[in-house]
Amino acid sequence: MGALNHKFNENILITSLDKLLNWSRSGSEWYFQFGLACCAIEMMSAAAARHDLERFGAMPRSSPRQADVMIVAGTVTLKMATRVKRLYEQMAEPKYVISMGSCANSGGPYWQHGYHVLKGVDQIIPVDVYIPGCPPRPEALIEGLMHLQKKMREEPVLAKKED
Amino acid sequence: MTEQEIYANLSRKFGDKVIEFMEEGTHNPTVVVDAGAIAKIVTYLKDDEKLQFDSLMNLAGHDADVETEFSVIYHLVSTELKHYITLKVFTSRDEPKVASIANIHRTADWHERETFDLYGINFEGHPDLKRILMEDDWEGYPLRKDYVPAEFYRGMRIEKVK
Repeated sequence: MGALNHKFNENILITSLDKLLNWSRSGSEWYFQFGLACCAIEMMSAAAARHDLERFGAMPRSSPRQADVMIVAGTVTLKMATRVKRLYEQMAEPKYVISMGSCANSGGPYWQHGYHVLKGVDQIIPVDVYIPGCPPRPEALIEGLMHLQKKMREEPVLAKKED
Repeated sequence: MTEQEIYANLSRKFGDKVIEFMEEGTHNPTVVVDAGAIAKIVTYLKDDEKLQFDSLMNLAGHDADVETEFSVIYHLVSTELKHYITLKVFTSRDEPKVASIANIHRTADWHERETFDLYGINFEGHPDLKRILMEDDWEGYPLRKDYVPAEFYRGMRIEKVK
């Protein structure tokens, strides 16, 4: 902030509103609490004491209205896909999607004979971060969340978006 | 009671409704019975003093080949007398129907719905025979050997097997 630096007393910081909003947004990635398969076990493990997602401000919410991030953790069957899409549409903007694990990324082991499996959740909802693995370890999920934080921090909120 | 003895007992009671006893090449000794008589036979097995088959462990459909008939397999156990029996019925591909045993063993309710869902076998007399796993508007019966996966479901693409 150039000329304004050190002009004020201690405990006063100067920043742009965009940066402040993005900083606070990226520090509270409240994710939607639902799991579809074994990836959900790793997600639960990531949220529990050992990996403790809450130190990044990420905590599970059981309502789509309160959630910022949808972690699609597991196999998306065609039957579930219709529900996942509806739940995504119920989330308030701004909203983000993490596709966790091979099944959500591309159908995974159901790629060839999965008559009932959607081959990638990105066919129905936009995905921000893909996490490979079958299932990914909690560390991988944490890295995915941190990638999403990075994406959030670089996003223009008030400034006009460039076309 | 051994499976052989149970087979002899059923043969005496039901005559030609009890078709065959299979021991070779099967995991469990199996009694093949008539599809229409299965409800009567299971009731008898449950109520008879010497048999007391009070629990249905499993009920499953099976499609061996596009040429052959469907079959339904019943695994019964007597928790009192500690003996087991496996029953098997065959039903035609064109009009698959088997008598329901959902009113005799409650376990059979969902198992028969699952078998109906995936093989299209009609269980006559079932209280609520509808799909249990697939969506209600799903077309076809996925575990049939001649099932061809659809290209789309509600606008979502199902990749073709290459």
